[in-house]
Amino acid sequence: MNKIKNAFENKKAFIGFLTAGDPTFEDSYNNIMAMVKAGADLIEIGIPFSDPIAEGVVIQGANIRALSHGMTTDRAFELAEKVRSQTDIPICFMTYLNPVFKYGYDRFFQRCKDIGVDGLICPDMPFEEKHEASDVAKKYDISVISLIAPTSEERIKMIAEEAEGFIYIVSSMGVTGMRSEIKTDLDHIMDAVKKYAKVPAAIGFGINKPEQAQKMAAISDGVIVGSAIVKLVEKYGSEAPEHIYEYVKSMKDAIR
Amino acid sequence: MSNGRYGEFGGQYIPETLMNEIHKLEEAYEFYKNDKDFNDELNALLRDYAGRPSLLYYAEKMTKDLGGAKIYFKREDLNHTGSHKINNVLGQALLAKKMGKTRIIAETGAGQHGVAAATAAALLGLECEIFMGKEDTIRQALNVYRMELLGAKVNPVTSGTMTLKDAVNEAMRDWTTRVDDTLYVLGSVMGPHPFPMIVRDFQSVISKEAREQILEKEGRLPTAVMACVGGGSNAMGMFYNFINDNDVRLIGCEAAGRGVHTGETAATIATGTLGIFHGMKSLFCQNEYGQIAPVYSISAGLDYPGIGPEHAYLHSIGRAEYVPVTDDEAVNAFEYIARTEGIICAIESAHAVAHMMKIAPTMSKEDIIICCLSGRGDKDVAAIARYRGIDLHE
Repeated sequence: MNKIKNAFENKKAFIGFLTAGDPTFEDSYNNIMAMVKAGADLIEIGIPFSDPIAEGVVIQGANIRALSHGMTTDRAFELAEKVRSQTDIPICFMTYLNPVFKYGYDRFFQRCKDIGVDGLICPDMPFEEKHEASDVAKKYDISVISLIAPTSEERIKMIAEEAEGFIYIVSSMGVTGMRSEIKTDLDHIMDAVKKYAKVPAAIGFGINKPEQAQKMAAISDGVIVGSAIVKLVEKYGSEAPEHIYEYVKSMKDAIR
Repeated sequence: MSNGRYGEFGGQYIPETLMNEIHKLEEAYEFYKNDKDFNDELNALLRDYAGRPSLLYYAEKMTKDLGGAKIYFKREDLNHTGSHKINNVLGQALLAKKMGKTRIIAETGAGQHGVAAATAAALLGLECEIFMGKEDTIRQALNVYRMELLGAKVNPVTSGTMTLKDAVNEAMRDWTTRVDDTLYVLGSVMGPHPFPMIVRDFQSVISKEAREQILEKEGRLPTAVMACVGGGSNAMGMFYNFINDNDVRLIGCEAAGRGVHTGETAATIATGTLGIFHGMKSLFCQNEYGQIAPVYSISAGLDYPGIGPEHAYLHSIGRAEYVPVTDDEAVNAFEYIARTEGIICAIESAHAVAHMMKIAPTMSKEDIIICCLSGRGDKDVAAIARYRGIDLHE
């Protein structure tokens, strides 16, 4: 059974991201488990890609570290499998379409199902191009997550109506990365999303402080945090789990 | 063709943030391409500013020396700014202006597209920022300064392999931060739809003129037309109006670097596989996990791990042929055409010249080849000297 909806059941969800294999397989496993222990509701595991065009410098760095230490799509599946053996937390992969396409859609989603990965997020797969992947994913009960951006405007209806799992609301223009202020009129976007969507919507891009998380969670169903966590990985190396635990706990407390 | 597809190739694999903007671009283009005022303005710029039509030059000495097919060069190197890139940027920059944009951004490899974009921006009063791999800013330092002279800001890109593909990544990232006032002026027949179509259309002036010129000079169509291929814009321009002339061979010359079996290559058709990258489904140099491979060529302009979707399509249906040409062969051709015809062409174009030197002698005197000289070679002189072990300081 797809577990994504569990992340949002009667609560605001905290969704934490990190890149598989950054800087090593073991480190990313320990960091994920720290997030789980701290109360994260859904884990996004990034499969590194050589050319992550939607990422800012922090997550670009994680992609480079992970690839240079030999992380592959197969190893990312092993990581997800190891996490799944310890917890029932919903898991999504986040990557670019080429690694999935190259792995083979059937083979990729079959393996997601076998292991218990619940969804896939691809920032370079807009609504018009998603069907080649999402039609296959459906066969295996894997959700292909749709993104809605500040520029989506009249596209919100068609995207939201077909959305599965949850909707990823991109808070700001540009790429991933910590922002001191989020200026987009998100109330307006959320109103439109709520009107058409049958699934929850979480906000990501730029969120890094508990006050921001609280504000974003107040108007949505959850928050997605990536760069701030990856920054801790970059800064603390193998000491990162305790810092990630404290950080995720503070964010989760803020949105309760 | 629908939805920007050429067979299975093409598409629009880009972040949602850009989707509305790319639809607006398509709408604007579909309107202005049939707009008389737009076309009058563009044609005036191409004629009076860029110097079109470019010459179709009969290379008599090379023809005699190689002893086979009659050789013509389409002299895009004589355009203002020294390459075919001006054809596209004048079109796109004018389109940007009509769309109410005040800023253009562009990627560049060798610097030719960057220089052309900076030139068009200066002329049309647009702000301009160029993204160029740091590696390329070193290989093509003169072009960096040239762009700055033209008032553009050049951003050296330090991510990834610090070459053309990384410059495209960075330009796309920049575009997602500000679509309101900015148009990404893509330099090749690549990226998400409608770019491969727009760039092809603006570059198709090359084959439109060449077809008329050869009919006027020879009274018949050529046996083959050829051009170098990185992303493939001058080749698409050279091929386009000959596609329906089924007897005309279309030959694209890829940069093989140190050879297609060495791993130090940029020959996408020869070594690439189907993938999805930079907004398009096409052929890419990549590993088994879909990680884009570092590519290598002496030519910064052909140093790209992919190829435009329409080329991938023409290859898949067997309409066009694509051949790899090594650094060595290109440098030899660069020197040969300089000595024989007194033309210093771009190292990119020299890849096409090199292959022409191979096939011309195997053809009969009745055959005609048109080879596109996509750019001039001033920018490459220092690098060629270094290749020959001469320490030249500019």
